[in-house]
Amino acid sequence: MNDFLQIPMLQVLPFGKDIGWALLLIPLLPLAGFLLLGLFGRKHIKNSSGIIGTSLLLVSTVLSLYTAYGYFFEYGKVNGVYQKLIPLQYTWLQFSPGLSIDMGIILDPISVMMLVVVSFISLMVHIYSLAYMKGEDRFPTYYAFLGLFTFSMLGLVMASNIFQMYIFWELVGISSFLLIGYYYDRPSAVAACKKAFIVTRFADLGFLIGILILSFYAGTLDFNTLIQRLTSSSAPEFQTAVASSFLGVSALTWALVLVFIGGAGKSAMFPLHVWLPDAMEGPTPVSALIHAATMVVAGVFLVARLFPVFSMSPPALQVVSYVGVISALFAAVIACTQTDIKRVLAYSTISQIGFMMFSLGVSGSGGENGLGFTASMFHLFTHAMFKALLFLGAGAVIHFIHSNEMKDMGGLRKYLPITHITFLIACLAISGVPPFAGFFSKEEILLAAYHHNAIIYWIALITSGLTAFYMFRLYFSIFWNKEAPSPLERAGGEVHGEGGFAMMMPLVLLAVGAAVAGFIPFGNFVSSDGKLLESAFHLQFSIAPVALGLAGIFAAMWLYKKQNNKPDAIAASLNGFYKAAYHKFYMDELYLFITKKILFNLIGRPAAWFDKNVVDGMVNMTGNTTQAISEKIKGFQSGKVQQYAIYFLAGVIGLAVLFIYIWK
Amino acid sequence: MNLTLLILLPLLTAVVILLMRNAEQVKWTALIGSTLQFVLAFVLLFAFRNERAGGNEAQMLFELQYNWFPAWHISFHLGVDGISVAMVLLTAFVVIAGVLVSWNVTKMTKEFYFLLILLSLGAYGFFISLDLFILFFFLEIAVIPKYLLIGIWGSGKKEYAANKLALMLMGGSALVLVGLLGVYFGGPEKTFDLLTLSRGHIPVQVQKICFPLLFVGFGVFTALFPFHTWVPDGHSSAPTAGSMFLAGISMKLGGYGCLRVATYIMPDEAKEYATIIIVLSTIAILYGAFATMMQKDLKYINAYSSVSHCGFVLLGIGMLTKTAMTGAVMQMVSHGLMTALFFAVIGMIYERTHTRQVNEMGGLMKVMPFITTVLFIVGLCSLGLPGLSGFVAEMTVFIGSWQHPDPFHRIATIAACISIVVTAVYILRAIGQTAMGPIKEGYNNLSDAKWNEKLAAVILIAGIIAIGVAPFWLNDLISPAAEIIMHKVAGK
Repeated sequence: MNDFLQIPMLQVLPFGKDIGWALLLIPLLPLAGFLLLGLFGRKHIKNSSGIIGTSLLLVSTVLSLYTAYGYFFEYGKVNGVYQKLIPLQYTWLQFSPGLSIDMGIILDPISVMMLVVVSFISLMVHIYSLAYMKGEDRFPTYYAFLGLFTFSMLGLVMASNIFQMYIFWELVGISSFLLIGYYYDRPSAVAACKKAFIVTRFADLGFLIGILILSFYAGTLDFNTLIQRLTSSSAPEFQTAVASSFLGVSALTWALVLVFIGGAGKSAMFPLHVWLPDAMEGPTPVSALIHAATMVVAGVFLVARLFPVFSMSPPALQVVSYVGVISALFAAVIACTQTDIKRVLAYSTISQIGFMMFSLGVSGSGGENGLGFTASMFHLFTHAMFKALLFLGAGAVIHFIHSNEMKDMGGLRKYLPITHITFLIACLAISGVPPFAGFFSKEEILLAAYHHNAIIYWIALITSGLTAFYMFRLYFSIFWNKEAPSPLERAGGEVHGEGGFAMMMPLVLLAVGAAVAGFIPFGNFVSSDGKLLESAFHLQFSIAPVALGLAGIFAAMWLYKKQNNKPDAIAASLNGFYKAAYHKFYMDELYLFITKKILFNLIGRPAAWFDKNVVDGMVNMTGNTTQAISEKIKGFQSGKVQQYAIYFLAGVIGLAVLFIYIWK
Repeated sequence: MNLTLLILLPLLTAVVILLMRNAEQVKWTALIGSTLQFVLAFVLLFAFRNERAGGNEAQMLFELQYNWFPAWHISFHLGVDGISVAMVLLTAFVVIAGVLVSWNVTKMTKEFYFLLILLSLGAYGFFISLDLFILFFFLEIAVIPKYLLIGIWGSGKKEYAANKLALMLMGGSALVLVGLLGVYFGGPEKTFDLLTLSRGHIPVQVQKICFPLLFVGFGVFTALFPFHTWVPDGHSSAPTAGSMFLAGISMKLGGYGCLRVATYIMPDEAKEYATIIIVLSTIAILYGAFATMMQKDLKYINAYSSVSHCGFVLLGIGMLTKTAMTGAVMQMVSHGLMTALFFAVIGMIYERTHTRQVNEMGGLMKVMPFITTVLFIVGLCSLGLPGLSGFVAEMTVFIGSWQHPDPFHRIATIAACISIVVTAVYILRAIGQTAMGPIKEGYNNLSDAKWNEKLAAVILIAGIIAIGVAPFWLNDLISPAAEIIMHKVAGK
């Protein structure tokens, strides 16, 4: 009897310090928040639900910081190398000996870093939303979903098993779906959340098949074992994975490219990026958390997690780097033309994630070669700060002006001083102006690209100039340009101000992060092989990117600081190209064509028709034939005795003839 | 524990229902009876686990055998392994939920509940029989009430649907009967006993004829392509509880039969026919999913999606690996719970909006938060969201299928994987149009779920989450039993 209630034992590996309970609480507290607010929020604790969710997350954040401190400074390093520790693990679903889905927690530099990023940004968003979402009818539901998202994202980054990661990967996807569709009565939000889920689901199909291939060759789903078996060239698992090929490409490369497709979907890489701009239908703090700082970098994290395996397959890394750099440039060009401020930020996110992706793609594994890896993680870290800040700042602007469109804005520096300054800091950071955070991480990325691949380096350089341009286009359009209408003249006549302490505190904290995070010696903590990586940083190398960045800023200033018709004139002179970029290079139309015309009309409709008319038609035909035959032969039972007598006589004669001729 | 209780309890309930005077008494009798079934199923689960934990390694537990017709070697032989226990649990969940959602049936209440309970009797008997003759007997008990349930309490073109369903299922049963007789007369000894048959070896010539007969016969029940056309019409015309029983239990009778009877006693031909099974089930998975995309009626959506989901059951069986087979049984349990809940929630919506067309609804979340939340949960389960049961079952089938390294199995598995995307498309489409969006005119005053509906939903959701969050207990139950069947297939 008791056997039933016995959950498989937690396997606590000894490594000096028992922190299992703390680690377990980090994801479970937000989950508790989700359950609590989801089940009882609407009726019983409506007004305090924000505070409940936020305080639970505060505890999680403190525990994450405590874990990070402990890992990086106390027990993580053994002989100068950061270890991969698995303090907790239990078997969730055993398929066969060796092949099982385990639920575990892995501690290594990237997971610990992500732990801090996710819980911290999520906390900022929780606090910010206290003011931003105040008075919403579904306030508790909002916090419940935030809790679900935070739980899933924390589970994702701590996953010790590739299938565990897939599980949380899907959960993250559904939380994103629920939050994008938060305003469920708006048709545009419904369309956006469906699109986001389906596009990423399509990509996840690649991830799933990739997992199946990897698990088949490695014979395990456990990250550590899998990486071990697929990275040593003497291991039999590795040899078969490389030797077996399909269409001339090795199984290992196939698996990694498929896994990467999953990552590209979640990280909105070209051509699977179409869902992200639409996802801006969600509440702005959600965009800051999910669609800027955390969930969308999951793809980068996935590649980083499997990086040792990726580094064994140069073709797969090539795919990663080209997809990354194309996305970076492509999205930056579109960002220059968009007029909805959240969409500008969305394209900017795609572009920046492209930077992180190709940085991984150009990286090698181990030692100096691993610069790209460190740079990518560094950029992920700094980007989380300044992009969350940009979104939250944009939220404050939208909160004030009740519009997403640039044309409704201008001169807001007067009314939103704190937002203005913090937004400026974030813009400087993302543009790579020293000494703000983005400068350091982007320099490292460019350096890694420079050493590896000239084409990628040049595209990246141009993109970073464009980045500065579109960010300052945004900045000047919001805070300078035309004079702001007096707040009282605006429709509604309601004056909001900056939203108070709850909204400003996260902005200020994130601005501090965006300003100084660059000084963290990141190579000391995160590197491709766990060893210390000295940043080989040269001043003369950074002249070109900084100069280009400044040029971008000045161009934006010239065009957008004062209201004038220069931007329109330039747009007109670029006619066709501008129009294409403004329409996002018609990617949405392409997708619509594929889904509507091909999926629905060419496959779905014929399948439904075939079923109704052919398969079911056969069944009905059988029925009808039976009926028709019985209709024909029912005349035999007429009830007329004379007729029966004739049949009887005929039968007797027939039988007699038969007997005579056969048995004679 | 004594397995006859599982048969006697529904029988007793059914008899008492006949003796009741008014509808209230009937309903409460049915509810008490199904609650006792529910408790009994859990007692069986605990007793089973207890025995196993105590080191009882026998293939079948709680066996009992009475001579019934000695001249023909027919005996009343019952016994359970992990797979049977899982199926009994599923039945208990669906029955209690079905009784609860039918609370508002006013037309011939007594007869309605009598038939529901009779159905459960057939299902329990079927899942615990170890003698093929009584197994067939219970199968028929589980089929016949269906005809009446649809014909009398159904809606739409109910006579057509009832006829079609009865004829197709009877056709399936006929194939099963012929197959069973073939096994009886063609086997090494004249017996209907499952365990005796499995220990001996049925000649290959006999298997060659009987395996397809049995597999297709049972396959009709579980929507084997192209014998699935009773599913959409049958479901959409049936009353809510009828659809729940039909999809939740009846379709599982077929899957169980394919596994326990066809594959287990005739493993040689199971291997021979595996290719065809895989092809047909892969077609069912994809074709069902694509056909669902075009449906506009909620019941048709779930019916076609059932064709797709039941394809996973047959795919798992056809793959002939232990993991895939475990996945197939998990899928049976998971789909049973999920689809019963889906039909229940469709019934709840229909009772309020009086339409099942998705494009006539919209924004229901505003007026019925409970019902739409249930709709969300069941939809997410259907599209395979981790944490809910569908994910676990499908992934187990995928992992199990991937054990075969040859291109044929690979392609079939990948094709089946594609369905997870298509499923997402049709589920989100259905949910998006009914629950989300601006609320339609005239729907502003609709009420949310009542106590009986809430209770039914909560019971089924509890099952779905119990599997989704902690699949290891179900896996521990099923996988040893699947291993025995696989041993037989592997010829050991």
